[in-house]
Amino acid sequence: MQRAAALVRRGCCPGPPGPWRRCRSSAAAEAPAVLQVRPERSRRERILTLESMNPQVKAVEYAVRGPIVLKAGEIELELQRGIKKPFTEVIRANIGDAQAMGQQPITFLRQVMALCTYPNLLDSPSFPEDAKKRARRILQACGGNSLGSYSASQGVNCIREDVAAYITRRDGGVPADPDNIYLTTGASDGITTILKILVSGGGKSRTGVMIPIPQYPLYSAVISELGAVQVNYYLDEENCWALNVQELRRAVREAKEHCDPKVLCIINPGNPTGQVQSRKCIEDVIHFAWEEKLFLLADEKVLSELGPEYSSNVELASFHSTSKGYMGECGYRGGYMEVINLHPEIKGQLVKLLSVRLCPPVSGQAAMDIVVNPPGPGEESFEQFIREKESVLSNLAAKAKLTEDLFNQVPGIRCNPLQGAMYAFPQILLPPRAVEAAQAHNMAPDMFYCMKLLEETGICVVPGSGFGQREGTYHFRMTILPPVEKLKTVLQRVKDFHIQFLGEFA
Amino acid sequence: MGRCELLVKCRGAGVLPKSTCHQAAGVGGAGSAWGWAHISLHSGLGAGGTGLLTGRLKRQRSGSGAEGVRVMAVRAGGHNQAEMNGLKEKVLTLDTMNACVKRVEYAVRGPIVLRALELEQELRQGVKKPFTEVIRANIGDAHAMGQKPITFLRQVLALCVHPGLLNSPDFPEDAKRRAESILQACGGHSLGAYSNSSGIQPIREHVAQYIQRRDGGIPADPNNIFLSTGASDAIVTVLKLLVAGEGRCRTGVLIPIPQYPLYSAALAELNAVQVDYYLDEDRAWALDVAELRRALCQARGHCRPRALCIINPGNPTGQVQTRECIEAVIRFAFEERLFLMADEVYQDNVYAEGSQFHSFKKVLMEMGPPYSTQQELASFHSVSKGYMGECGLRGGYVEVVNMDPAVQQQMQKLMSVRLCPPLPGQVVLDIVVSPPEPSDPSFTQFQAEKQAVLAELAAKAKLTEQVFNEVPGIRCNPVQGAMYSFPRIQLPPRAIHRAKELGLAPDMFFCLRLLEETGICVVPGSGFGQREGTYHFRMTILPAMEKLRPLLEKLSQFHAKFTREYS
Repeated sequence: MQRAAALVRRGCCPGPPGPWRRCRSSAAAEAPAVLQVRPERSRRERILTLESMNPQVKAVEYAVRGPIVLKAGEIELELQRGIKKPFTEVIRANIGDAQAMGQQPITFLRQVMALCTYPNLLDSPSFPEDAKKRARRILQACGGNSLGSYSASQGVNCIREDVAAYITRRDGGVPADPDNIYLTTGASDGITTILKILVSGGGKSRTGVMIPIPQYPLYSAVISELGAVQVNYYLDEENCWALNVQELRRAVREAKEHCDPKVLCIINPGNPTGQVQSRKCIEDVIHFAWEEKLFLLADEKVLSELGPEYSSNVELASFHSTSKGYMGECGYRGGYMEVINLHPEIKGQLVKLLSVRLCPPVSGQAAMDIVVNPPGPGEESFEQFIREKESVLSNLAAKAKLTEDLFNQVPGIRCNPLQGAMYAFPQILLPPRAVEAAQAHNMAPDMFYCMKLLEETGICVVPGSGFGQREGTYHFRMTILPPVEKLKTVLQRVKDFHIQFLGEFA
Repeated sequence: MGRCELLVKCRGAGVLPKSTCHQAAGVGGAGSAWGWAHISLHSGLGAGGTGLLTGRLKRQRSGSGAEGVRVMAVRAGGHNQAEMNGLKEKVLTLDTMNACVKRVEYAVRGPIVLRALELEQELRQGVKKPFTEVIRANIGDAHAMGQKPITFLRQVLALCVHPGLLNSPDFPEDAKRRAESILQACGGHSLGAYSNSSGIQPIREHVAQYIQRRDGGIPADPNNIFLSTGASDAIVTVLKLLVAGEGRCRTGVLIPIPQYPLYSAALAELNAVQVDYYLDEDRAWALDVAELRRALCQARGHCRPRALCIINPGNPTGQVQTRECIEAVIRFAFEERLFLMADEVYQDNVYAEGSQFHSFKKVLMEMGPPYSTQQELASFHSVSKGYMGECGLRGGYVEVVNMDPAVQQQMQKLMSVRLCPPLPGQVVLDIVVSPPEPSDPSFTQFQAEKQAVLAELAAKAKLTEQVFNEVPGIRCNPVQGAMYSFPRIQLPPRAIHRAKELGLAPDMFFCLRLLEETGICVVPGSGFGQREGTYHFRMTILPAMEKLRPLLEKLSQFHAKFTREYS
């Protein structure tokens, strides 16, 4: 635990300035005392140091890959070196990385990708015709018929058309325009790009960005990096993490005193909270965004049905990715962004900004194409594709239920239903003595809990403090991705640990 | 009298700006934007040509004085229109957006390329043109120009993508072994899992071994290697770390002029101060430390210069730095306390006899202390160039040397927010840094393919230089490395005058006319920066040999015709 505490101090949460810690006062960090502790006398000060580096970058935090994950890496190395632990493997339930947890890739997707990568295979009898047809179509749209050419900065044209057709189908015929589709390097890239364009002003007119608490920490990280103002609105845990417009109104009102709230981010289905918003709620949010003149980062489906005042005015960007869903192709970094009602000049700016990075990885674009344009009925691969897809999704649904049920049997753990996404975010009651012990270690109480969980069981989950939570409540985020049998064991071990922890600090 | 329709960039609230914004040396100039407005103008240019010139140009003077300018439709949509319709102004407009992003410019994919796309579309629709295809010599995109991927590289990648193929007899054993060992290092043995944010560990180790071999045994530490989404990603990440301070303390970054516009774009976006140092065109684009010193001294009056970027081999200029020059640069950086950024993505692309690539890392280490132990350096490489040209897969790495460990952790953290670089790009990088060995079944073919690509590039570099230098009014330095020529063109005063009337940089005017009349797409020198009063363009040497010669001849003829027209 001492080492863990040291890691956290070096790293995260309450404690002295460390690389993972939000360091608000750069003036304090520049105190000359810091410079004097340098050991090597002959070595002069480096040009780039913690004190001289970009303070906004220093302020970035990203818990999903933070100190607890570094610790998990250390423990894995120790296990490899044969060091005895009360467990034999580290289970990484910290990140939504389905295939790392054993989920098999969708065969059709990988077939098409292989054909695109190595077109000699187009003559091979071991690939189905529908896979070949798609690969040929993608390659024809690539410069020199190769995945190795840069694509247009906005993405390969025919793939953007397929995305638009997919959105149109998904949204019951509401048309999507390929010109409004931008392929991206995972969804993170799209979110970062649009926020980058939105952030402006100084002092009290600096752009404020409203994000849910708990949130996916990409948002807070990007807001820090861009020097924007983070405006928190709280989801209602008592009400299955529902979003309440009253709360949005409170947040925007308070924020207006010190910044210019211009953007409202919605995560639906929720991450880490797993709720799925009702249609009524989405409508309310759109009305609210319209009244308050907020740019929406969200789900566009409902917008079109609210009449022209909204459908032709509310500015919105929505994001999708190959990393989640039933495909779980995280490593390809495929994704897209659809923008609605964006000013034409801003679209020009967007293309320009994207063009500096040349293009999203073309392999990820190809993967995105297969996600939006899967085999249809009558095609050779249709049945197998549907079988694989359904199997992944029904498996996830079963695991969601199992997780909720098991957590709610544990005294001191309360878990909302997992309506969507791939995470549980249970609330844990920590005894006052545990909170004190954590503070003695200079750690957030839930970080203390999660570190102990990792060291004693090998289970790696992310403390709620990395996502944000109401003051005085504690949570952790755990993915539901381990295979069912393993998940059962994991849940049982968390349960045993929790009971033991309560006993220890009673 | 040709009728000329221009799509001119403008900003602000629907009124065309009156001020001229030159695309001068400091690329990323003030206040320009990227919104289009339609301007239709009658003009005397293009006499004898098609006369219809449509271009999307940088924000330019609409030229209230220029005769015959008629504004057709100032903007396509926008808040003015919204207001007219009684609608609310948009949240996000050119006036409310991030001003730094607005200043970003990137000529390699700028207006001229958008116009090239339109022309391609028109050709497909059967519109008659004086050419049958658009040749995109604007960007170093080898496969798009017909270069074939290296077989072994694609075999390994296909095996990784679809491990079912590991049982196929159609793949060589060494490709299978390689794919298996890469998959072993992936979560769930799948390319679909995230990797570590700094890249797959064994691939970082292979990169370190590669650097060590390249640098004659000087060790490289895998912990100092970070894989990235192409080199651009890593360059922006390092710049991001470096930018701090306000007002006169704002970070300044020295970049060569001409430069690759990623630098100016990233600096604009990060609101850092761009400090130009000029390469010496008369000495084959050599870098001169006296010029570095001049630039630094001037910059110190208004910012705090903290980093020095070097592109070697040069882009767009194609020069290869001598060892002496690199030593001098390192000494300068050390004395002046500048963080060195060495863009070495063309390290495999050296053609000229007597030219040799020396890595900054190697020279730095061989200079010994205090340089080797203290000078901070980041060096970048990519899978997009060299002999592989795998641009679309977005693979690359940065090696950092003498970086503060605490800052290195910050870099790791920053990269983790984007989760990881694309796995296919990491796989390709693995093969580039550890290609088949002489005892492997794929060795012979791999070497043959690699040498064929590099030999052809060398021949094309030579040919380009020769043909250009035969043309009166064009002067081209030797293309020692990289994959571009950057010839200087003489433009007659009347052409310059005409360009100015149209509110265009003179070389932009030349390149646009070239595109409209020949289908050849090159990038004007103003997009890279050049000495005031000189004009250039960048052309890649990538088109296939049988296409390159006619292309060079066509270009030369066009220049002669253009010169006649305006003399």
